[in-house]
Amino acid sequence: MRNAAVGKFWAIFFTAVAVLAVAVCVVAPDYGWWFPGDGRAHSTLGQKIDDLFYLILVIVAVTFIGVNAALGYILWHGASLPSDKKALFSHGSHALEVIWTIVPAGILLFIALYQMDVWAQYRIKNFYPKTMEPVAEVTARQFEWRIRYPARGKKLMPTPQPDDVYTVNDLRVPTGHPVSISLRSDDVQHSFFVPELRVKQDAVPGLVIPVWWEMTDIGSFELVCAELCGWGHYKMKARVVAMSDEDFEAWKSQAAQEQFYDGVSTKDGELVSQSEQE
Amino acid sequence: MSTLTPSIEHGGEHDDHAHGHGHHAEPHSLSLLWALPTFSKDHKVIGLQFLITTLLMLMVGGALALGVRWQLAFPWQRMPILGDMAFAAEGGQIAPETYTMLVTMHASVMIFLVIIPILAGAFGNFLIPLQIGADDMAFPTLNMLSYWFMWPAIACFATSFFFGGGPASGWTSYPLLSALWEAAPGSGMAQNFWLLGLTLVGVSSMMGSVNYMTTIINMRAPGMTLFRMPLTIWSMFITAILQAFALPVLTAAGFMVMADRTLGTCFFIPSGIVVNNAAPTVGGGQPLLWQHLFWFYSHPAVYIMLLPAMGMVSDMMACMCRKPIFGYKPMVYSMAAIAGLGFIVWGHHMFTSGMNPALGMTFMVSTIMIALPSAIKTFNWLGTLWGGRLQFNTVMLNSIAFVSMFVIGGLSGIFMAAVPVDIYIHDTYFIVAHFHYVLFGATLFGVFGAVQFWFPKMFGRMMNETLGKIHFVLTFIGFNCTFFPMHLLGVAGFPRRYADPYHFPYLEHLLPLNQFMTCAAILMGIAQFILLFNFFSSMFIGKKCGRNPWGANGLEWQTPSPPGHGNFDVPPVCYHGPYEYSSPLCHDKDFLPQTEYVPLEQRVAIANATPH
Repeated sequence: MRNAAVGKFWAIFFTAVAVLAVAVCVVAPDYGWWFPGDGRAHSTLGQKIDDLFYLILVIVAVTFIGVNAALGYILWHGASLPSDKKALFSHGSHALEVIWTIVPAGILLFIALYQMDVWAQYRIKNFYPKTMEPVAEVTARQFEWRIRYPARGKKLMPTPQPDDVYTVNDLRVPTGHPVSISLRSDDVQHSFFVPELRVKQDAVPGLVIPVWWEMTDIGSFELVCAELCGWGHYKMKARVVAMSDEDFEAWKSQAAQEQFYDGVSTKDGELVSQSEQE
Repeated sequence: MSTLTPSIEHGGEHDDHAHGHGHHAEPHSLSLLWALPTFSKDHKVIGLQFLITTLLMLMVGGALALGVRWQLAFPWQRMPILGDMAFAAEGGQIAPETYTMLVTMHASVMIFLVIIPILAGAFGNFLIPLQIGADDMAFPTLNMLSYWFMWPAIACFATSFFFGGGPASGWTSYPLLSALWEAAPGSGMAQNFWLLGLTLVGVSSMMGSVNYMTTIINMRAPGMTLFRMPLTIWSMFITAILQAFALPVLTAAGFMVMADRTLGTCFFIPSGIVVNNAAPTVGGGQPLLWQHLFWFYSHPAVYIMLLPAMGMVSDMMACMCRKPIFGYKPMVYSMAAIAGLGFIVWGHHMFTSGMNPALGMTFMVSTIMIALPSAIKTFNWLGTLWGGRLQFNTVMLNSIAFVSMFVIGGLSGIFMAAVPVDIYIHDTYFIVAHFHYVLFGATLFGVFGAVQFWFPKMFGRMMNETLGKIHFVLTFIGFNCTFFPMHLLGVAGFPRRYADPYHFPYLEHLLPLNQFMTCAAILMGIAQFILLFNFFSSMFIGKKCGRNPWGANGLEWQTPSPPGHGNFDVPPVCYHGPYEYSSPLCHDKDFLPQTEYVPLEQRVAIANATPH
C-alpha cells in the first residue's frame, strides 16, 4: 500500500498549505501585518469600508475552509481507494450543478448589492453629506503635493486668489465634520492615498476631482502616491494633519501671516528690525 | 502502422528532413527539435518553437522579478551577480528609475512573451490539430509567421533597455507618463520601442487567433462534434475569440499613443500640462481614454492567460483520476460565461480613476458575478477528483496546485471587485498577490503540468518524475511563501511600484517580512533550473514511451510520438467524448480512446446490465 501512503502524504500536504494560510492570517495583526496604525480607520466612511472588508473576509474564509476541507478529504479518499476498484464512472450531477450555481450566485449578488451604499456616499453627488467644507485644492506633481487653502473666512475658489495660503506635502483639515478637497495634477497621473483614512483617488491631468471624508480623530496621517508617476514615485511622502476647528483656524491665520511676512515688521508705527523680534 | 501516410510524402520542402532519418514512417524522437531553427510550417514544430522560446523568456522575466525583490528586501544595496552584471556603473545598486524599469519589464516579459505565447502559441499550436484529428492548422504559413513575429517583438523589447535605462511607465503604460517624452528617463525612445514590441506581439497573437478559430471550426475529424471536443480545445477556441475581438482595440490604442508621441496628436494629452519644465502641451485629449482602451483588451487578456490552462488542467485531471470530467457541459458553458462577462468588467481596474462613479456600480456587479462561473468550475474539478483513482504524479500534483491556488486567487478577487473595499486596496500589494495567484499560481502550475503531460508526445520520451516532483515542491513552497504575505502587505497599505517604501514610518516594520519573501523568491527562481534541466535532458535520456503512455483518450495519443508531418498515420474517426475513463464499455482497460468503436449490440448489452 505504498501508493496509498504517498497519496495520503499529498492530501496532507495540500491541506497543510490551507491551514497555514489561515493561521498566518489569524496571527497577522499581532505582527503588524494588518491595517496600518492602530488598525482602525480614522474617517467615518473608512470605518464602513472596514466593516465591508471584514464581512467579505468572513464569507471568503468560510468558503476557503470549506473548499479546502473538501479537497483534502477527496484527495485522502482517492488515495485510499482499494487497488482492485475502478474509479467511479459518473459524468456529473444536474442537481449538484444547479445547487452550486444558485447558492454562490445568491451570495455574490448579495455582496455586490450590499456594497452600493458606501460607494454612492463616497463618489455620487446626490449621496454626499448635506454640508461639506471645501478645505483646499491639492495639486500633485512630480514628486510632491502642493496644497492651496482659501484665506481664513473665505471660500475656496477654482482659480488661485491673491490671499490664498499655500503648503507643500502638508494637508491640514478640521475634524468632526465632512471636508472635501479638489484634486488636480500638474503633470502625469498620481493618486491621493491616505491609508489610515481608507481614502484613495487618482489625480488625473486635465480633471478636477472632488474627494471628501470626515475625520473622526485628531492626529497626523501619512499621505502617499498610489499611481506610478515616474522614477520618484516612492518619494511623494506627505501627511494629512487633522486638527480641531479652532486649531485649524488658528493654524491658517499663522500660516497666512508667515507666508505674507515681507521681512519688515512694524510696532507702534515704528520699524522693528529682525533681531529685535527674536 | 505505415500503410496510410497521407501527407508525409507531400510535406513542405522545409520539413522533409523531419522524417528523413528513419527508415520507417515513425519519425526520429528528436525530429521536432532538429526542425526548430527552420521556418517550418508544421504546427508541432511551431508549437515547440513557442514553448522553448517562452521557457527561456520565463527565466528572463524571473531574473527581472528577482531584481524587484532584491530592492524590496535590501533597498539600495549592491545586488550580487545580476546587479554586478547589469548595473556595474552604479556599483551593482538598483537606481530608482531602474527599479520602475524592472517592474515594467518583468510584467511585460511575463505577460506578452511568456504566458500568452506559452498557452496559445505553444500548447494551442501543438494540441489543436492533434486533438481534433487534423493534419495541420488551416493556415500553415500564417502560423509560421505568427511565431517569427515574436522575434522582432523580443528584439524591440530588448532594444528598449538601451535607451534611458528602459521603459518605466508600467506594463499598463498610462499616459501622460507614457505619452510625454520628458515625463521620465524611460519615457523617451525606450517607450517607442516598447510600444512597437507590444504591437508586434499583437500581430503574432492575431495571426494565431484567426488560425485557431478556423482550424477548430473547419478541420475536426469525422465524428468530432463540438461537444466531443476536449476542454483544452474549447478553451483554446474561446481564447481565440477573445483575442480576435479584444486585441484590435489595444493595437489601435498603441498606435494612438505612438501618434501622440511622434506625430503631435493629442488623443490622451490635455492642454497646459508642464512636465519637467518642458513647453506646455497643446492638448484637448483625455488620459482616461487610454485606460478604457487598454483595459478593454487587457482584462479579457487576463482570461486569455487563464482559460487555456483551465482547459488543459481539466484534460490532465480526468486522465490522472481515471474518471470522466464532472459536468462537461457546465465546464464549457462556464468558460463561455467567463469570456462573455470578461468583456464587460474592464472598469474594475479603474474604480479609483475618476471615471463616472455610476459605472463603478455596474462594473462591480459584473465583476463579482464573474466569480460565479469560476466557482462552478472549481466545484466541478472537485467533483472530478471525487471517487477517482488518483495518481499522484507530477502532472496531477501540478493540476491540484492549479485548483488550490486558483481558489485563493479567485477569492481574493472578491475583495477587489467590491468597489468600497477596492478604494483601499487598489494599487497596493493585495492586487499583486491576487494576480500572481491567478497567473502564476493557477496558470503556470497548469503549464508545468502540461509540459510534463504532453512532453512524451513531443519527443517519444518521458520527463523524469523525481525531478518533476522536486521542482513542483520547491516551486509550490517558494511560490506560497513569496506571494501569500503580499495579501498582508496589501492590507497594511503597502503601495505597488515603490523603489523604497521603508522611508514611510507606517511601512518600516514590513522590511523583515519582505526579506523572507525575497528568500522564498530566490528559492523559487533556482527551482526553475530543475525544470529546464529536466526538460532538455529528458529529450535525450528520458525513458522511451509508446504512443499513449498515460492511457489517455484524446486523439493526440493515437499518433506516433512524435507525430510525423501530417500527424495521423491512420485518419482518425471519433466515436466518443474525450473523458470516457473507467466506462463499463472499456472492457479490461480503464480508458476508451475516442477512436475506439464499440459495436451497438455490446453497448445495448452493457446498458441493460447496468441497474438504473
